[in-house]
Amino acid sequence: MTETLQLHTRALSRRSFLITVGVTGIAVAFGGLLQDASGASIAPMVEGSYRPNAWLTIAADGTVTIMSPASEMGQGIMTTLPLLIAEDMDADWDKVRVVQAPSDAEKYGNPGFYGVQLTGGSESTRGYYNMLRLVGAQTRKIILASAAAMLNVPVSELTTEPNRVVHAQSGRSLDYGEVAAGGTLPDPLPQATDADLKPSDQWRYIGNLTIPRVDIPSKVDGTAIFGIDVQLPDMLYGAVLRAPVQGEQPETIDDAEARAVPGISHIVPLPYGVGIIGETVEATKRAKDLLKIVWTTSSRIRSYTSDRLLEEYRRIGRDLAQTGVGAATQGDAEAAISKAATVIAVDYMSDHVHHATMEPMNATALVTGDTVEVWAPTQGPTGTQGFAAEVAGTTPDKVEVNTTLLGGGFGRKAEADFIIDAVSLAKAVQGRPVKVIWSREDDVQHGKYRPLEAQHVQVGLDGDGNIIGWRHRIVADSIFARTMPQLFVSEGGHDSVVTEGAQFNYAVPAHLIEYIRRDNGLDIGFWFGVGVGYTRFGIECVIDEIATAKGVDPVALRLELLKDQPRARKVIETVAQMAEWDRQRDGRALGVAYSDAFGSHCAEIAEVSLDRETGEIRVHTVWCAVDPGTAVQPRNIEALMITGITGGASHALLEQINIVNGEVQESNFDTYRVIRMSEAPDIKVTVIPTPENPIGGIGQVGLPPIGPAIANAVARLTGGVRLRHYPFLPARVLEALNA
Amino acid sequence: MTAFTINGRAVDLAAEPDTPLLWVIREHLKLTGTKFGCGIAQCGACTVHVDGEPTRSCITLLQDVAGMEVTTIEGLSPDAGHPLQQAWITEQVPQCGYCQSGQIMQAAALLKSNPNPTREQIVEHMDGNICRCGTYVRIISAIQRAAREA
Repeated sequence: MTETLQLHTRALSRRSFLITVGVTGIAVAFGGLLQDASGASIAPMVEGSYRPNAWLTIAADGTVTIMSPASEMGQGIMTTLPLLIAEDMDADWDKVRVVQAPSDAEKYGNPGFYGVQLTGGSESTRGYYNMLRLVGAQTRKIILASAAAMLNVPVSELTTEPNRVVHAQSGRSLDYGEVAAGGTLPDPLPQATDADLKPSDQWRYIGNLTIPRVDIPSKVDGTAIFGIDVQLPDMLYGAVLRAPVQGEQPETIDDAEARAVPGISHIVPLPYGVGIIGETVEATKRAKDLLKIVWTTSSRIRSYTSDRLLEEYRRIGRDLAQTGVGAATQGDAEAAISKAATVIAVDYMSDHVHHATMEPMNATALVTGDTVEVWAPTQGPTGTQGFAAEVAGTTPDKVEVNTTLLGGGFGRKAEADFIIDAVSLAKAVQGRPVKVIWSREDDVQHGKYRPLEAQHVQVGLDGDGNIIGWRHRIVADSIFARTMPQLFVSEGGHDSVVTEGAQFNYAVPAHLIEYIRRDNGLDIGFWFGVGVGYTRFGIECVIDEIATAKGVDPVALRLELLKDQPRARKVIETVAQMAEWDRQRDGRALGVAYSDAFGSHCAEIAEVSLDRETGEIRVHTVWCAVDPGTAVQPRNIEALMITGITGGASHALLEQINIVNGEVQESNFDTYRVIRMSEAPDIKVTVIPTPENPIGGIGQVGLPPIGPAIANAVARLTGGVRLRHYPFLPARVLEALNA
Repeated sequence: MTAFTINGRAVDLAAEPDTPLLWVIREHLKLTGTKFGCGIAQCGACTVHVDGEPTRSCITLLQDVAGMEVTTIEGLSPDAGHPLQQAWITEQVPQCGYCQSGQIMQAAALLKSNPNPTREQIVEHMDGNICRCGTYVRIISAIQRAAREA
């Protein structure tokens, strides 16, 4: 089975969808009441009798239960999205309970992200923002209509305060719980438009600095339920031994010893490995170690060696005769560069990196005839329905997905391979749920890594050092060719997520971005920040290289290139002040970088030192200023910047997947190093909300600038030694120092 | 049968004596607050206390804890009232939250032996616990707060 990303099931054009909903505000009219409100036993629903729409119920005691449609993987979305409804319906936040929405894209799909339930791309808050506020506004109008009938007064005489309808003239008021208990829903339901939204000066919750996240109490006492924690009656356990090289299959299976392990009930051959089912998790692990498999040796991935390929990609990037797909063109960059007084031509590269979510891949499934129920830490409930149906031989509407909390996602849990495992094994037993848990070794060695990529950047400068042309060539395999083939084809073979972030808001008169696709067959995927994570590495380091060539300050150069971009200037000026940019440090240096990716502006400065004997870089402090437009939860945005900076420093300094002849060399946290507390920088964040601007994405915004900020700091510390290859391993740093 | 005490409760289990304590806790006793992260004592997500000592339950066997007292995150306090749990909420530490049971159990052992640790002592003690969401700065703040307020 092809493990296509979950998006594939409904590759609806985002652009066309936005045209449908984005202009005047939609009329939120959900006909049917929610039938299956309880997300199974994991998220018990408060039964409210009053259900204005599919998104919430109100109980007689005033409890407002709101659906959260996106996957909570640490980004705080379970608080952010319900809070938008609560704001405009004027709910009392203390009386709100949040429930994970069931899998139902018609009701809960992201209108800004293909209309499906798929959490990724920093698209959740942006995509749902307007719709959920309209849901809140419509709910308020429904409550007002119900209350008007109860009080026998016109709606126009009523106002609301949190969880209460007030009739000022008579001094009477009704709690939302009283409306829920005694009121009836108006017919027809009133509709809401943008005109009904609460003006920003009346917001109680959006932008509030003191609202805590709803999921946090359960994450300090062990009660939070992640996918791996699911417990069901009669549940069996599953393990899968996967082929050591992608694309290989079991040729012969000797399972005599595995079957003899007490508690093992089934051995299930799979197209990509061998599944084991048993009564205990330890029995399945024991049996897995006892399987003797001869694997096929025909996969083309056996010729995949990452070091060799990266060298090849680098050569292709530099060889201008090898043309790619034009990703974006403005002016004639080639002509401009050919006339330049100075040309900067450099290569930037990055190795594969792995998600290494703290919760390894896992899922639980129950197959009974043609119905399937899945419990999983998935970023993509809609896609899960499609893939589970395909495996079980049924239709997506017969598949119910219970989305649990995710112990990290970063794009990995948008994939379907772990879902396919669970459904395949559950199908073999029928009628009993099976929980499949990957080992960490499986998790590391069977990842969907960020693409291996090489960039060749050429910048032409005139005699005064002004940029006259910018050419950016990106050589990598495609993510969309596997995950969204229709989109890949419709975009003419351009992979817009692989080249994401190559477009920027710096003022350059001519700009050419080319994508040179390679196809070496490895399944590569969406890793935290996706393309932006490396395209901004190249861009922001080259900006510093230009500053050096020109003899100007890197902060000043950015401000000059962004002179018509007040929001960009503001975050750069702010972060420069925070870090005291002009103050010299003894034995340390500062580096700066900026990104406008995901619709938000973010500038970071890193303070680093370097051990010239060992080549080890130490990042002491990172300052960050971010303007996300409307900041729904500023304190959580600070947390997400901390995540992006720490994770970004981790991948820039340490993280590396090496593949030799198709076999991944790393296997666990001893060999796949991620940043630890002793290596992590101190971080200072300033959030600059600008509610007058469109809301930006935020989940991945903190990551892109940190790597180039570190590299730029090292260059300033060493009199110009450039690190151009992620990760900055000590051996590579020493090599650069001695070059 | 292997007998030990977990969160003050006596248990006697028929699981194979060489079963990792982690899976006994999670799947036999259904105390799922203790997490599986790596299986080789590299990440700390599975940290529990065995006779008060912070212990990686993924490499500890059931037979190793016979007659001993095991405490998991569920048994750290009766009502999430441990100063660290409260500080974790005040500082809004968790992101995905998966590693945080282990972080809190590791930190609880530190404060027991050293009620006022320096920042360096905190970092040294906590360095075996990985947080992939990178919440380290808030973990440090929360431990400092708990030490201050306890």
